[in-house]
Amino acid sequence: MNIHEYLEEFEDIPGTRVYTAVRARKGYHLNQFAMSLMKAENRKRWKAGERAYLDEWPLTEDQKLAVLARDYNRMLELGGNIYFLSKIFSTDGIPFAEACSTMTDMTFPEYRQMMLDGGRSPDGNRSIKGGY
Amino acid sequence: MARITAGVGSSHVPLLGVAVDQGKTRDEYFGPIFAGYDWTKKWEEEEKPDVVILVYNDHASAFDANVIPTFAIGCGERYKPADEGWGPRPVPDVEGHADLAWHIAQCLILDEFDMTIINEMDVDHGLTVPLSMMFGQPEKWPCKVVPLAVNVVTYPVPSGNRCWALGEAIARAAESFPEDLNVQIWGTGGMSHQLQGPRAGLLNREWDNRFLDMLEADNDDVRHIPHIEYLRETGSEGIEMVMWLIMRGALGKKVKRLHRHYHIPCSNTAIGHIVLEPLSE
Repeated sequence: MNIHEYLEEFEDIPGTRVYTAVRARKGYHLNQFAMSLMKAENRKRWKAGERAYLDEWPLTEDQKLAVLARDYNRMLELGGNIYFLSKIFSTDGIPFAEACSTMTDMTFPEYRQMMLDGGRSPDGNRSIKGGY
Repeated sequence: MARITAGVGSSHVPLLGVAVDQGKTRDEYFGPIFAGYDWTKKWEEEEKPDVVILVYNDHASAFDANVIPTFAIGCGERYKPADEGWGPRPVPDVEGHADLAWHIAQCLILDEFDMTIINEMDVDHGLTVPLSMMFGQPEKWPCKVVPLAVNVVTYPVPSGNRCWALGEAIARAAESFPEDLNVQIWGTGGMSHQLQGPRAGLLNREWDNRFLDMLEADNDDVRHIPHIEYLRETGSEGIEMVMWLIMRGALGKKVKRLHRHYHIPCSNTAIGHIVLEPLSE
């Protein structure tokens, strides 16, 4: 399959940012910063001063503001990948499902209930162009 | 020779590890999930595999964004549980089988699968949660493990077809290992889940069960599912299911299903579990 067609299909999925090479390049330092929080000594320094810690990394100002605001959708737009970003909310002591809920239009209790009820249906959520 | 005697598919949701570590496996939320693994725990006690080839993905733990191996095989003697941001899981270290791992790595490269070799790494929930699900909480894991890490994060990830073919090559490699070993291969991850963006929380019971049916079938149609179908139907993280195809490919054409379990939800994820035995032609 042609790489251009392969990548183009990914943009047709509603509410989803597939972690492609373009995003991986854009978010490289953002993801490496998040990764650094796997070390206990880094978490300690991060908690002592988030902005100062971020300033040690070659992130764009937009990326820094998105991290400080814990705006995960924005971080995804700026090249973040959720497995890397998970180090930020793990450090905050926030469960994965709660972090996911912040990216949707639901509160955490509403999101939890949706999951208990069987999750978000794929119907209408598969294709933007196709609307199915 | 080393014999691949069974294949196991299982989700590896980190919350399952938390449930085990905090003694919550029989509560109202987790009870129905863990009940589906009781059969397998008992079966594993009888089967006593010497080695498990454990196919999983690293979740930004051992590998950062710097080095992204498509297929990597752990050839070390020992692996420690990773600190994923809240301290390492209180589980035993994982003992490798360096002889078998190096043998497989060499065979795979001659067979034109250009593997990345890893000597030292920490292993995250992708690897330790399946061990907990199948073996509970022993002081020491009852078998050795050959970790096989697959990139399912940065696109393009390997195709289902390539994963299946890798499984076939692993089976050929095991056959030429001189020592007699009872080897299982586990494919982990999935099933449907999406952990990001406004579509987070997508689950697809119907598709997941069709996938399980296809794994049991006497054909290899499942290897041809394209990435876009996983993404549309099973969420952005459902792509982890390609790792189950390495397990299935290693079992040969025909299999017998010994056990199957499906439950929704666990955190953001649909839990799937299957145990398959290879049948001679």
